[in-house]
Amino acid sequence: MAMGVREEEILRSALKGSRRDLSRLLSLIESGQEINVHTQDSWTLGVTGPPGSGKSSLIGNFVNYWSSRGDKVAVLAVDPSSPNSGGALLGDRMRMPSADSGDSVFVRSLATRNHPGGLSAYISTMIDCLAACGWDRIVIETVGSGQSDYRIAAFADRILLVDGPDRGDIVQAEKAGIIELADIIAVNKSDMEGSEKAAEAIRSALSMDENPPPVHLVCSHDGSGIAAMMDDIENCTPGARSRLRARERLISAWDFRLLNNPEINGVIDLLETGSITLEEAVKRLIQSEG
Amino acid sequence: MKIIIAKPGLDGHDRGAKVIARALRDGGHEVIYTGLRKTPAEIVRATLDEDAAALGISTLSGAHDVLIPSICEGLIDEDLGEIVVFAGGIIPASERSGRHDMGVRAIFGPGTNTSEILDFLSEISLRKESGKPVGVGESSQWRWE
Repeated sequence: MAMGVREEEILRSALKGSRRDLSRLLSLIESGQEINVHTQDSWTLGVTGPPGSGKSSLIGNFVNYWSSRGDKVAVLAVDPSSPNSGGALLGDRMRMPSADSGDSVFVRSLATRNHPGGLSAYISTMIDCLAACGWDRIVIETVGSGQSDYRIAAFADRILLVDGPDRGDIVQAEKAGIIELADIIAVNKSDMEGSEKAAEAIRSALSMDENPPPVHLVCSHDGSGIAAMMDDIENCTPGARSRLRARERLISAWDFRLLNNPEINGVIDLLETGSITLEEAVKRLIQSEG
Repeated sequence: MKIIIAKPGLDGHDRGAKVIARALRDGGHEVIYTGLRKTPAEIVRATLDEDAAALGISTLSGAHDVLIPSICEGLIDEDLGEIVVFAGGIIPASERSGRHDMGVRAIFGPGTNTSEILDFLSEISLRKESGKPVGVGESSQWRWE
C-alpha cells in the first residue's frame, strides 16, 4: 500500500522528533503500510535465546548503560501471538524497569501476529525509521523458540545469544543454527549454581570453531560481568558473519513472499490430491510471482 | 486491540491484573502488562510508546483518587485523549462518578466476569469505528454500566 497524505504527515512529524508520531508510524508499518524512508546507517543488536533466560532483564541493563552515556536507545521486543485467539501477552516491558524512564529510551512490544513468514518484512523498515528518527542504538529482542523467531535476530548487525545456567537449551539453539550467527554468547544468572559449568560446556562445544564467539558469564540482577560484555559488544565487527546473516535474511524474505502468494492454498490443494507434482507446484508459484 | 494493563502506585497485589491480562489475550487482544508500582508518568509513557488503544488501571491501594486523575491528565497532556481508560480493583461505588467525570469509561469491581470486560472492549471498538467519542479526553457522558 503506497503512502497517503496522512502517512506522509506522520512520517514527517516523526522525523522531526515527535514521539507520538514515531509510535503511530511503527503501528502503520506493523499493519502492512509501506513507508518510504531512506535506508539508514543504523547500529543494531539482536538479542535472542530461550524463554526465561533473562533477555529482557539484560536489555534493561544495556538501556541504563547506554542512556547514561547519552545515547538514545530503542528496543523492539518481539513476543509470540497465541495461535488460538490471535491475542498476545507482551511481558518484556515489565522486565525492563528503565523502559519508561526518560526521553532517551523507547521500548515497543511487538506481537508476531501469526504473520506468515514472521515479522521479517516489517522489522527492517522499523529499523530504518528508528535510525532516521535519531535513535542511536536499536535492540531487537526475540524469543528463541523456533527457527523463524531466531531468524528475526539476523536483521541486526550483531547478535547476542543469551542462555541460563540450568537450561542446556543452547543445544536447541545449536539445532536451529543460531549459534553460528551469534557474535557474543552470555550465560545469564551467574549468581546461580551451575552457571560456570554451563559457560564451560558452551565454550568446549565451540572450541573446534575457527573463530568462536566470546562466552560471558553475567548477572543482570547485580550487574556483574556486564561491563566486560558491553566492551565486546562495542568492539564487535558487524562484518564477521555478514554472509551467514545475509543468507538468513534472504531465506526469511523468501518465506514471506511464498507464504503470502495468493496462489499458495490452491497449489497446496492440488498437491494434496496428487493432481500435480511438487516440481509443477514450485513452477506454478514462481510463474504467479511474475 | 492493543491494551496496557497498569498497576500504579504502592500496591503489590497483581493477581487480578494478571487474570485480566490473560483473559484479554484469550479474547484476541494484544496486552502489555506494566508490572507493579509504576508512576502515573511511567504508565503514560508506556501507553504512548506502545501506541495502545486502551489503558486498564488496576488499583487496590485506596489511592485511586490521586493516581487515576494524574494518569488521565498525563494522557491528555501528551495528546493521547483518544485512549480509552477503564479501571478495576477496589473503588467504592460512592467514589466512582468522580472517576467517570474524568473520562474513565468503565469501572469493574470485584466479582466482575471477565467476559463483561471483553464485551466492554467490543462496544468501544464499535464506538471508535462509528466515530463516537469514547477516549479519555473526548467529551461524552457515555460510560459502561
